[in-house]
Amino acid sequence: MKPIFEKGGKLYWLHSTVDAFETFLAVPATTTKKGAHVRDCIDLKRIIILALIAVCPAALFGVWNVGYQHQLAMGVTGTFWANLWPNLWFGILKVLPLYLVSYIVGLTIEFGTAQIRGEEVNEGYLMTGFLIPLIIPVTTPLWMVAVATAFSVIFCKEVFGGTGMNFWNPALVARAFLFFSYPNQMSGSNVWIAFKKGETMLDACTGATPLALDGPAQYGTGWWDLFLGTVPGSVGETSTLCILLGAILLIWTGVGSWKIMCGSVAGALLVGFLGNLAGATDIPCYMQLLYGGFAFGTVFMATDPVTSCQTECGKWIYGLIIGMLCVTVRLFNPGYAEGMMLAILLANTFAPLIDHCVTTTHINRKAKKLKAA
Amino acid sequence: MSQNFVLKKGLDIPVKGISELRISNAKTPDIVAVKPTDFKGLAPRLLVREGDPVLCGSPVIADKTHAEILLTSPVSGKVKTILRGDKRKLLAVLIENDHDFNCVEFKTPSNAEEVRQTILASGMWPWLVQRPYGIIANPELTPKGIFVSGFSTAPLAADVDFCFADQFKFIQAAVSALAKLAPVHVSLDACNPEAAKLNKLENCTLHFFQGKHPAGNVGVQISHISPIQKEETVWTISLLGLAAIGKVLVNKKVDLTRKVAVCGPMAIEPSYIVTMPGLPMKDITGQWGTLADEARIVSGDMLSGAAIGPDGYLGFFDNQVTVIKEGREKEAFGWIRPIRYKQFSTDHSYFSWLMPWRKYDLDTNLHGGPRAFLMNDAYYAKVLPMDIYPLYLTKACLAGDIDKMEKFGIYEVLPEDLALCEFVDPSKNYIQDIIAKGIDLMLKEMA
Repeated sequence: MKPIFEKGGKLYWLHSTVDAFETFLAVPATTTKKGAHVRDCIDLKRIIILALIAVCPAALFGVWNVGYQHQLAMGVTGTFWANLWPNLWFGILKVLPLYLVSYIVGLTIEFGTAQIRGEEVNEGYLMTGFLIPLIIPVTTPLWMVAVATAFSVIFCKEVFGGTGMNFWNPALVARAFLFFSYPNQMSGSNVWIAFKKGETMLDACTGATPLALDGPAQYGTGWWDLFLGTVPGSVGETSTLCILLGAILLIWTGVGSWKIMCGSVAGALLVGFLGNLAGATDIPCYMQLLYGGFAFGTVFMATDPVTSCQTECGKWIYGLIIGMLCVTVRLFNPGYAEGMMLAILLANTFAPLIDHCVTTTHINRKAKKLKAA
Repeated sequence: MSQNFVLKKGLDIPVKGISELRISNAKTPDIVAVKPTDFKGLAPRLLVREGDPVLCGSPVIADKTHAEILLTSPVSGKVKTILRGDKRKLLAVLIENDHDFNCVEFKTPSNAEEVRQTILASGMWPWLVQRPYGIIANPELTPKGIFVSGFSTAPLAADVDFCFADQFKFIQAAVSALAKLAPVHVSLDACNPEAAKLNKLENCTLHFFQGKHPAGNVGVQISHISPIQKEETVWTISLLGLAAIGKVLVNKKVDLTRKVAVCGPMAIEPSYIVTMPGLPMKDITGQWGTLADEARIVSGDMLSGAAIGPDGYLGFFDNQVTVIKEGREKEAFGWIRPIRYKQFSTDHSYFSWLMPWRKYDLDTNLHGGPRAFLMNDAYYAKVLPMDIYPLYLTKACLAGDIDKMEKFGIYEVLPEDLALCEFVDPSKNYIQDIIAKGIDLMLKEMA
């Protein structure tokens, strides 16, 4: 079977695709050629799949929450257990197409570019493709998801050389593309809750997110609902609890940097607190951690090892910038209810500069020390 | 001034196959190879022809740039074959051993210049390796210091006490002689400073290091004792080199005999043999049957040794032969299995870090496919106890950016220092090769 896909074979042009499936099913029999004769058994597939598992609680909750928000908006009553399956099923029907579009479009481009370059297909898109449906409103039209995914994979990743070479987080670029190109479908009060054809929301409800409402008006006591995630929002971003579970796995396995997460939380608390002092907002600073996409962005997007800072000191600065910028946008920019996406993208842009400053300072300090010695 | 260093970063790879402390074979080989390929920076000029008689200590190869740098024969006998590769590149001179050990006699030196001349004439100069770049020391230079690592932390490394306990007087003689050329610094294992009585050495400064591999690498030790800066040179020499030079100074004869650890998961009865550099591997693996085809035979350690194969010859600087299984088997869904009990990983997504007592049958499988660097610098720095950014240095080498290579510490490292970064790399890049190419570029540009 294989020789036709090898060099000189008829179907050599498909070799990257065959190789991708083959290496997915089994660790290849490739041996080391030079240098270290033995290797650690960790590989990027393992690291990416771990990150993916970490996102799973938030994703599963998001799927259920899509159904739950629909239930609330339609005024359906009943216990949690009675509505569990209908809510999940409704969520699956709405979210699965987003996943299909994201993966089909993204992976097609990934496989295509791998073939053109003659390289192995990189597993990086498995993570990006998993994140895109979680950070957009569930009602986003599928063609828009397709266009945004294609734009992000081609212009944010492949033109720079593929996974590992990009300096912006591709999932966030897809969201930013949608946000600026189709603002009506990405913000406002009508995009966060999915309906079946012909259904309309009860008058007593509003589909706006807590951030847009600027307070816990609709959601009772507020922080508990926000912590659990039973509020409208992008698919995966609402449940801080599920995101925390993911954070624990990421920190435990070392895939995500705790320094970035802590820096971001500290930055958000600081600006939130200053906002309180200055009278810019009445919202307690700790609530900033529960609102909107802050938790999701901090744990799963900011910690992307490719686009975040490389140096340890840089990670603290990078995290702080994200947290501070996010809350600054929330408090002082009336145009945008949420600032996490822009905060991370801006921090991504400056990450190499932060690293440059950190490494240069380190080198200069070392040179000074050696001169003195 | 003596110093103590505790290095927290590093990794001791838990691999099976450590050599038992016994000698299983002490026969000198019938054929020995003198290999110019063991020496970086040597442009070899052949001094003998096939059939020429040689004595132990007779010059066989000279350097074209510095004609006084010689490689000499470790045995007496006759030049049997001259092995050449592509474009007539000189690979090795094979010498038939007559087992008589008729030796060239050298004078005992009394001053620095005579020390230099004796070491050069006896062919022992190539033991001195010059940093930056890891080339043969330039005899015209005076280095900032001569650094010796008195222990090895490499996987399955030969036991210092077992190999050098009877060599103290030679090592001391060499240290005293080299101290006439430059200050000598010897680094010892803080946990076992009395190994081979090296803590009794005189005419040198002793330093003590405690830590996992690569704490025993001389490059790591230099970076803590006195980091190499631009336009500085240091020389390094191993205990093997000191013992060999010491024998020339004390016995007036070249004697490269050494205890070599035959080790590794695939080695049959891992133990020590007494032999010399240039030993044909067939002498070791001849009795192993088909095993030799399934195994990779490495002269040196499994992280930075050279794969020489069953037809190769023991390297000049090595006292270890590592035998590892070629990992040519696929592992179904290997990467997604929650537990891979037989595999070793430092990563917390596996559980080998919870079982520090276990030893593993490591093989040569790459365990993945090559990718761009995805993880950040700290992932690599955790196994490199040096004050540099390993990933930045690697990327500077990849880009061929001389300025950045200098800034990120190319003068301080040799590929072997970053071997563990290569080991843990989930992107499966050949980091040592990238660094080696960076060093070659520096050599070319700085020439």
